[in-house]
Amino acid sequence: MTKLTDLTVAGIRDGFRAGDFSAREVAEGFNAAVAGAKALNAFIVDTPDHALAAADAADAACAAGDAAKPLAGVPIGMKDLFCTKGVQTTAASHILEGFVPPYESTVSGKLWEAGAGMLGKLNLDQFAMGSSNETSYFGNVISPWRRSDGGNAAMAPGGSSGGSASAIAARLCPAATGTDTGGSIRQPAAFVGISGIKPTYGRCSRWGVVAFASSLDQAGPMARDVRDCAIMLEAMSGFDPKDSTSLDLAVPQWEAGLSSDLKGKRVGIPKEYRVDGMPAEIEALWQQGIDWLRDAGAEIVEVSLPHTRYALPAYYIIAPAEASSNLARYDGVRYGQRELPEGANLQDMYAATRSAGFGPEVKRRIMIGTYVLSAGFYDAYYTQAQKVRTLIARDFAEAWGHCDLLLTPTAPSAAFALGEKMADPLAMYLNDVFTVPSSLAGLPAMSVPGGLDAGGLPLGLQVIGRPLDEQGVLNAGLALEERAGFTARAEAWW
Amino acid sequence: MSSYRIQGATGDWEVVIGLEVHAQVTSNAKLFSGASTAFGSEPNSQVSLVDAAMPGMLPTLNRECIAQAVRTGMAIDAAINKWSRFDRKNYFYADLPQGYQISQLYHPLVGEGTITVQLDEKDPDSPVKAIGVERIHVEQDAGKLMHDQHPTRSYVDLNRSGVALMEIVSKPDMRSPAEAGAYVRKLRSILRYVGSCDGNMEEGSMRADVNVSVRKPGEEFGTRTETKNVNSVRFVMAVIEHEARRQVDVLEAGGKIVQETRLYDPDRGETRSMRSKEDAHDYRYFPDPDLLPLVLDDAFLAECRASLPELPDPKRRRYETELGLSAYNAAVLTAEVETTRWFEVLLAECGSKVTAKAAANWLISDLFGALNRLGRDIADSPVSPAQGAELLALIAGGTISNTLGKQVFEIMLETGQAAGVIVEERGLKQTSDTGAIEAEIAKVIAANPDKVADYRGGKDKLFGFFVGQTMKAMAGKANPGVVNELLKKALG
Amino acid sequence: MSVDTATVKRIASLARIAITDDEAQAMAPELNNILGWIEQLGEVDCTGIEPMTAVIPNTLRLREDVVTEPDQRDLVLANAPQAEHGFFAVPKVIE
Ligand SMILES: [Mg+2]
Ligand SMILES: [Zn+2]
Repeated sequence: MTKLTDLTVAGIRDGFRAGDFSAREVAEGFNAAVAGAKALNAFIVDTPDHALAAADAADAACAAGDAAKPLAGVPIGMKDLFCTKGVQTTAASHILEGFVPPYESTVSGKLWEAGAGMLGKLNLDQFAMGSSNETSYFGNVISPWRRSDGGNAAMAPGGSSGGSASAIAARLCPAATGTDTGGSIRQPAAFVGISGIKPTYGRCSRWGVVAFASSLDQAGPMARDVRDCAIMLEAMSGFDPKDSTSLDLAVPQWEAGLSSDLKGKRVGIPKEYRVDGMPAEIEALWQQGIDWLRDAGAEIVEVSLPHTRYALPAYYIIAPAEASSNLARYDGVRYGQRELPEGANLQDMYAATRSAGFGPEVKRRIMIGTYVLSAGFYDAYYTQAQKVRTLIARDFAEAWGHCDLLLTPTAPSAAFALGEKMADPLAMYLNDVFTVPSSLAGLPAMSVPGGLDAGGLPLGLQVIGRPLDEQGVLNAGLALEERAGFTARAEAWW
Repeated sequence: MSSYRIQGATGDWEVVIGLEVHAQVTSNAKLFSGASTAFGSEPNSQVSLVDAAMPGMLPTLNRECIAQAVRTGMAIDAAINKWSRFDRKNYFYADLPQGYQISQLYHPLVGEGTITVQLDEKDPDSPVKAIGVERIHVEQDAGKLMHDQHPTRSYVDLNRSGVALMEIVSKPDMRSPAEAGAYVRKLRSILRYVGSCDGNMEEGSMRADVNVSVRKPGEEFGTRTETKNVNSVRFVMAVIEHEARRQVDVLEAGGKIVQETRLYDPDRGETRSMRSKEDAHDYRYFPDPDLLPLVLDDAFLAECRASLPELPDPKRRRYETELGLSAYNAAVLTAEVETTRWFEVLLAECGSKVTAKAAANWLISDLFGALNRLGRDIADSPVSPAQGAELLALIAGGTISNTLGKQVFEIMLETGQAAGVIVEERGLKQTSDTGAIEAEIAKVIAANPDKVADYRGGKDKLFGFFVGQTMKAMAGKANPGVVNELLKKALG
Repeated sequence: MSVDTATVKRIASLARIAITDDEAQAMAPELNNILGWIEQLGEVDCTGIEPMTAVIPNTLRLREDVVTEPDQRDLVLANAPQAEHGFFAVPKVIE
């Protein structure tokens, strides 16, 4: 029998139901893995008791002959952006250190209801702002992967869901929640060789998720394969009257609908994604992906998304603008850290609290957001960016006239070493070049592992679908997964 | 409608006034959360996680608050925008948990409308003026800061935080304190008719930001100042008088008016500049990404319209034309919704027995007189409309005279007894018994032979004397019509 | 467009983030770099284009006017750095 911690979500679920092992054995196995992997710094808080309690409930229900819940026996990791009742929630910031929400986010609540247990709160880029997980107040997350050059450089797991990515790749949890604002599920998934899907904007409730950029934030699952993503996404999705932007739609049975037969599907290859200076390996993987999808029965067509190059600058106006306002509530009055220098008045207290409580990248984005919204600049920056966003969405709508899905690389490079890009924020932002356009258009998009680069690091392929066509995205992801046969995993060094 | 002028050293100045009235919307729950709006509870006991801006909390919109604002817009014949949306107004203050107020800058719910005011509501012949309303938008109220409970700390109470407000923005159409006063009173009356705001200025349910500038008549608008949160009609008028005078003095001394926010000090009767914050006017408005566009359908609008009551102006006209009331009475009865309601119940109770005119006269002179003396509102009148109707029916039916009616009413106020019971128990029934009256008339004539002679000699005015004497002899209970008739006969 | 140190300080003050002169000085070129890059958006001809309002076409739902969250003062105050007598406490504000 394989190690329990090597099982996928489906494997655990099915094995538990078949009585191959108890839920408690699974929880204990993962709890031990989490405890033994401190070197990765993937978790901010471990919650072994939460996982055990859910496991015991699953075992008890099983013993009582009750029908098993969809995720009974499955322990997962929770990105520390989701508010969890009674468990510290920090968004990886100092300003929220010690904050214990008296409420449970809708998405985490749905997972517990489905029978899942929580192994811990996963580290991330502070307030989900970052692409390398180097902005956390609680330290960098380290990828389990190493370059095959014999060097020992600690690699970035990507971001912002870097803790989720690292933990899954290192088999510390079979699946985890992520959130994606401009690529924060897909890019880290690609960096560590796992799968992750950002559903259509509005599928997963944002209620109880610490906000970064409200019009872009979407929760989604990260897991080792496409089937697990489908299982997790089914449990996480659904209408929530508490979120005004939640879509009032039934949740499709994505797992049951999985099929890698793409006959009759047309897959578009956006020519504008062939950016200057793209590494040959990425180019080659992309071509490989095209061949795989053709092999799965899809027809390949070239399409044009003419405003692609403006997506990143538009994103870096809209997201910081929304963030500058969303983060105004962290003021040291009602919760979180307070900094009160001698003789400080209220406004001094705000400034001191926020200066001490936010990290440099968060401050940078608040500054950009404040600037682009400030008097005299609003129209030139914010309104223009929202217009460009309309054009970008229109590009996609136009493309859907010619194809059903789009295939692109997930990121312009494989993972980089920690520290390599920190000095140049702009270079870091460019990492999101392929993921941001679909975020701006609210489209479902997923990354699946495609292969390794010359340095032995994973590379991801991205599938983008029409609004609400998560099924199409998952199916194309499955077709890629089957053909890629990606089995590489990081050697345990931690 | 008025030519209010401020006399300056350089000539006459005209004052230009615009008002932004914040009216708390009547609703059970807050605009974006399910916390209660009830007034006067324990601090922070009516605060949802949304109102406290906990991480990850999101706003959801209360239908009733939108309906109330739409109904208010309809009541002032305003354009209702079927497409509107909410924006964030960003600034930091301890009474503002989110760090922004959700408001509507770019696409308000209600567009242009009109409020017609009468300079003197009690004088139907006083000038009438239409004041333009620029817009009504819906926004969140802030919490409250208490400064006097601790030497070095302020305390924050978020009970009001998130309660729905309508901000009703007038055009700069007013030209005198009296016009502004009339506008606020009329607006308050409309809000109370509609039921969208209780209009309670003492509790802060309605407060005005007063924009004032001065100019030489016919010239361009001058620079304005905004005096915030003025909470009575009297203060609104005082602010304008003081601020206009101040501005004229500044300008005539060669100074300049700074566009600024000012605060009214009712104790000193003056306004002063609020500590100017250099970023006060950089609110970084942008559409709230947590909220989608608000799109209203025809059914919703029809529902709002159907639920509107008859409003003061049409009601006043109907009272004049249908009920035949004087312009003055119609105006008085329709000025306040409580009065109208009371009057209409009274009419219903009276049925066909009493004329609307008689009921109106009694309400305005007798009932109002009594309420004034007692210092009570009509809403807690010691006499109910049904009791009033019974009294009026006794008078109309001739059971008691008008004069006796007044006495009976006084007894009703004192004892709470019904008019019929009082008349019965105290034997106040008016008599038309011609025999008894004739007997008394004979006695009066016999006792005043000289007056009888004078009268017969042409002193017609003495007739009143005989009526008085006869009524007195009858202890006021004689039917005045019968007395008149019999006296005329007896005196020849 | 160029952001100078004074602008950085003004923006930091608007955002209520205390920064030192050195920090402001360091931040100015960084922000200039990012803003300069963002400015390419100005090239896009957006004549007649409406700004995005809802990424997935959707409008606001209206909730019924019902009190669903009764008194929960203890929960609301539970995480407060300073709560006294049922209030949040802050340094004294002078109006
Ligand atoms: Mg105002
Ligand atoms: Zn306002």
